[in-house]
Amino acid sequence: MNIPFVDRIEIRLVGKGGQGMILAGMILAEAATIYDFKNAVQTQTYGPEARGGASKSEVVISSGEIDYPEVINADVLVVMSQEACDKYALSMKADSLSILDDENIDCLPITPFVRAPITRLALETTGKTLAANIVALGVLVGLTGAVSRQAIEKAVLARAPEGTKEMNRQALLKGFEVAEHLNEPI
Amino acid sequence: MVVSLMQGNEAISWGALAAGCRFFAGYPITPSTEIAEMLARELPKVGGTFIQMEDEIASMAAIIGASIGGLKSMTATSGPGFSLMQENIGYAAMTEVPCVVVNVQRLGPSTGLATAAAQGDVMQTRWGTHGDHPIIVLSPTSVTQSFELTIRAFNLSERYRTPVILLTEGIIGHMREPIDLPDFDALEIVERVITDTPDHYVPFSNDLGDVPPLASFGQGYRYHITGLFHDPMGFPTQRLDEIDPWLERVHHKLDRHLDEIVMVEEDLQDDARIAIIAYGVSARGARHALKLARSQGYKVSMLTLLTIWPFPEAQVEELGDQVDRVIVPEMNLGQLALEVERMVGRKKVARVNRANGEMVTPQMILDVIES
Repeated sequence: MNIPFVDRIEIRLVGKGGQGMILAGMILAEAATIYDFKNAVQTQTYGPEARGGASKSEVVISSGEIDYPEVINADVLVVMSQEACDKYALSMKADSLSILDDENIDCLPITPFVRAPITRLALETTGKTLAANIVALGVLVGLTGAVSRQAIEKAVLARAPEGTKEMNRQALLKGFEVAEHLNEPI
Repeated sequence: MVVSLMQGNEAISWGALAAGCRFFAGYPITPSTEIAEMLARELPKVGGTFIQMEDEIASMAAIIGASIGGLKSMTATSGPGFSLMQENIGYAAMTEVPCVVVNVQRLGPSTGLATAAAQGDVMQTRWGTHGDHPIIVLSPTSVTQSFELTIRAFNLSERYRTPVILLTEGIIGHMREPIDLPDFDALEIVERVITDTPDHYVPFSNDLGDVPPLASFGQGYRYHITGLFHDPMGFPTQRLDEIDPWLERVHHKLDRHLDEIVMVEEDLQDDARIAIIAYGVSARGARHALKLARSQGYKVSMLTLLTIWPFPEAQVEELGDQVDRVIVPEMNLGQLALEVERMVGRKKVARVNRANGEMVTPQMILDVIES
């Protein structure tokens, strides 16, 4: 008997409104579809606030059809704020991996996780905390290979406005670098 | 080959442009706003007009006026705005003016939850405006179908001189999926054809088949338009021999042409004793559940309704005759299930409902299959 959905990867990116989690999800889905030639669906949930509140972006990647468009049990979770962690660090696979922005999270999930000072690294690398979502994408791709490095780089650069492309590339490379040196999941 | 990753709301906007929509009037509301944003940018490039109105009552009035003036027209809104549009949707049905209304459903009632999705407006699309009236409602299950069914909505609207409602919700509206947009010039697009000269034109004739042609204002055709019952020239009437033929004709417009209007997708299995009947985003969870159930050895059929009004009575009844149980998942407390129950009998129907802004999960449906 055919077992469906074996290569379905479910990724959830959560943070405060304004941290760019929805954009990160879009870029990840574009990397998967446009540059890795796979199928992907990106969905999003956010509160009524213009900024702040908890924001969630979900990306499902597969080489086959994607029927249910949202995450059922996450393989990968990226968490950029405590409120989002409290609200969205749920329904994880037992062998999932959470990537936490070290200095924004103090209450830890019970599933395996790694921590990196994502926002601080964005500030140190680019002079702007704004690039934290791109650093996070670098860490995510570096650790999980959910999409290829070439694909995520092309997708980031395609989305970055003129004049910010090099800054965003540096942020992404910093994420890759961090991933190389992160300890095994706790 | 993937061309782009696109939101459902963007696909609706491209569908409108591809269908020849050249007038949009609306008032922004989550989760439909991207449609207005995009058409505000794109319509002027093709010589079209975008107007942000003072509210949704005026938006609906404006698109009716634009359509009578000869432009294919559309508005887009969500729950609270859709409620305000009801009176003028009835006016469009009564005056037989083609137009497309997009309702990107959010959680209601009232202001509800702006950023949470729902399928709570199914019955409102059918009966939200007063009086017996014909209406067509289409519901996409993907970004690609959002594009295709928007074109379909315009074509049916022009073909049958009726308002058509495209009923989607916040999940598909905001969801991004790969889409390969076709060449717009290769699409089949229905345009108004008028053969009568102004001297002989009868705008509401009951003698020219079910759908008399619509002449646009400003082209020399003079006739009257009113929301009152009217005679073939459009003037108010209280004569029963004018009211009855009109009523009969406007309902025949749709129920004699169901083959062209009703669209469903069938995924049937021989000897299946269980069927799922789903629409919109709930069909996505249902398809996932269907594949899981089949991989576990269950025989399950599925019917996806792309047209939800007129309700696909024949297709649902036929499937109901073949199975013992029909599962109807919906992001509401049971609306389309009422119609399914009417066709297959209440005892056969298992409702799976969720009305808190979250999707019906595959597991919720699987639990019913396994029970």
